[in-house]
Amino acid sequence: MSTQSDNQTAAAGNRSSGWVVFVFFMIGLVASIISGWVAFPKLLYSTKQQPIDFNHQVHLEQMGGQCNACHFFREDGSFSGSPTLEECKSCHMYPMTGNENEQKFIDEYVNQDKEVPWLIYAEQPPCVFFSHAAHVKGADMQCATCHGDIGHSTSLREYQENRISGYSRDIWGKSMLRLGEAEHGRRQKMNDCAECHLKETGSKGNCFQCHK
Amino acid sequence: MTQQPQHTKTKRYGMVIDLDKCTGCGACMVACYAENNVPFRQDESDKMRSLNWIRVMKVDNGKPFPDTQVCYIPMPCMQCDGQHMQGHSPCVSVCPAVATDYDQTTGIVSQIYTRCFGCRYCMAACPYHARKFNWWDPKWPADMEKYLNPDVSARMRGVVEKCSFCYHRYQKARDKAYVEGREELHEDEYQTACAQACPTNAITFGDLHNPEHSVYSRSRSKTAFRLLERLNTNPKVYYLSSKSWVRRKADNYLEGENFEQIREKARKAAATH
Ligand code: SF4
Ligand code: SF4
Repeated sequence: MSTQSDNQTAAAGNRSSGWVVFVFFMIGLVASIISGWVAFPKLLYSTKQQPIDFNHQVHLEQMGGQCNACHFFREDGSFSGSPTLEECKSCHMYPMTGNENEQKFIDEYVNQDKEVPWLIYAEQPPCVFFSHAAHVKGADMQCATCHGDIGHSTSLREYQENRISGYSRDIWGKSMLRLGEAEHGRRQKMNDCAECHLKETGSKGNCFQCHK
Repeated sequence: MTQQPQHTKTKRYGMVIDLDKCTGCGACMVACYAENNVPFRQDESDKMRSLNWIRVMKVDNGKPFPDTQVCYIPMPCMQCDGQHMQGHSPCVSVCPAVATDYDQTTGIVSQIYTRCFGCRYCMAACPYHARKFNWWDPKWPADMEKYLNPDVSARMRGVVEKCSFCYHRYQKARDKAYVEGREELHEDEYQTACAQACPTNAITFGDLHNPEHSVYSRSRSKTAFRLLERLNTNPKVYYLSSKSWVRRKADNYLEGENFEQIREKARKAAATH
């Protein structure tokens, strides 16, 4: 008799300790998920603001809807990227509107003859050769396909920098697990390039196609 | 091995070096150092440790004065096609990291420094000593950093580097062609730094498949030969020499061997397999 009741208490004890294990497991799981998905990205990326809050939409309208009014190809085939102070100055030598960002640009950069240190969302490491000419001219691609619809934005979003690599978060993409669509244009890791190349050209391409 | 993208015509970039014209001045080496950010050390007396993508070798006919003759042989990476002209280059086939590959569209063998982990297996495999290892991080004398070529990435300690036939120049030439709406490059649009620097025009460069390029006929001339042809590495660097003793130096031929015939056979075998 006494053995039976002993067994019963033991079983009950097992059942309650099972719950304890489960609760602790869940606490651990939730804590790791929060630290992995919320805290770690915050730790890994530092956030920076662009030096001037640039309004692409206004400029696009003024320049006849053409990205290449400011981001153009040079005669030698290279791509100009962000406009230089010289190019901005050709319109903004003096204030054209009452905009505070324009005033800041003129005070801090035009008047002091200093280039604007723009943070480039799509900046690649120095071992990467990316040909804008091949994509825009050769393959007839739209800027927005890779860069997102930045042309219709009224404000520059914050720039998130990977503290370890020093490169923009856009390269990896917003999602830590690389799930779903990239938020701004395309992800730009090597495999992302290779994937598209395989689909579009039938080959991932050789190493030197994108490396230097 | 990569497939060839459908839209590009296959090219086979190669070099023809006229040894009768080479004076051994070393201008090609200097041009290459500057073009490709090749590092050097303050003390370069130990040539085993020197990094260079092209070097000028000196050979002589082994005869005493006054019959001595000397010949200089500039040696870049031979950009071996391998036996079936399919990129089975000695170095490419051994690299465990795929840090070097053969480009089917140009025939150029790449080297990706950020991928290489420095095992140096490729150096052991290369019969031409074209590959060099970075034992140290590169250091340039103060102001020279400003002169580094932005089109070529600098290497770090622990990786292998080698001649790329100035591939970045090919990239740039292609960009220009794209912007002008062309697919094909002109011969003079893509030239290596060494070919342009050579004061006697001993080095010529171009597409060995294209009859309009000077290397096409020069590489097919009677006096053209390649180094160690019997290995079937199928190099794309050809040499010209009017001197039979120089042509004999191209491989370890035995005395009494008819080397011209052996070479012809090796070349045919490599091309038709
Ligand atoms: S040293 Fe680098 S390139 Fe050479 S075989 Fe090893 S990993 Fe490949
Ligand atoms: S010469 Fe050497 S490094 Fe160049 S392709 Fe041939 S085996 Fe490779």
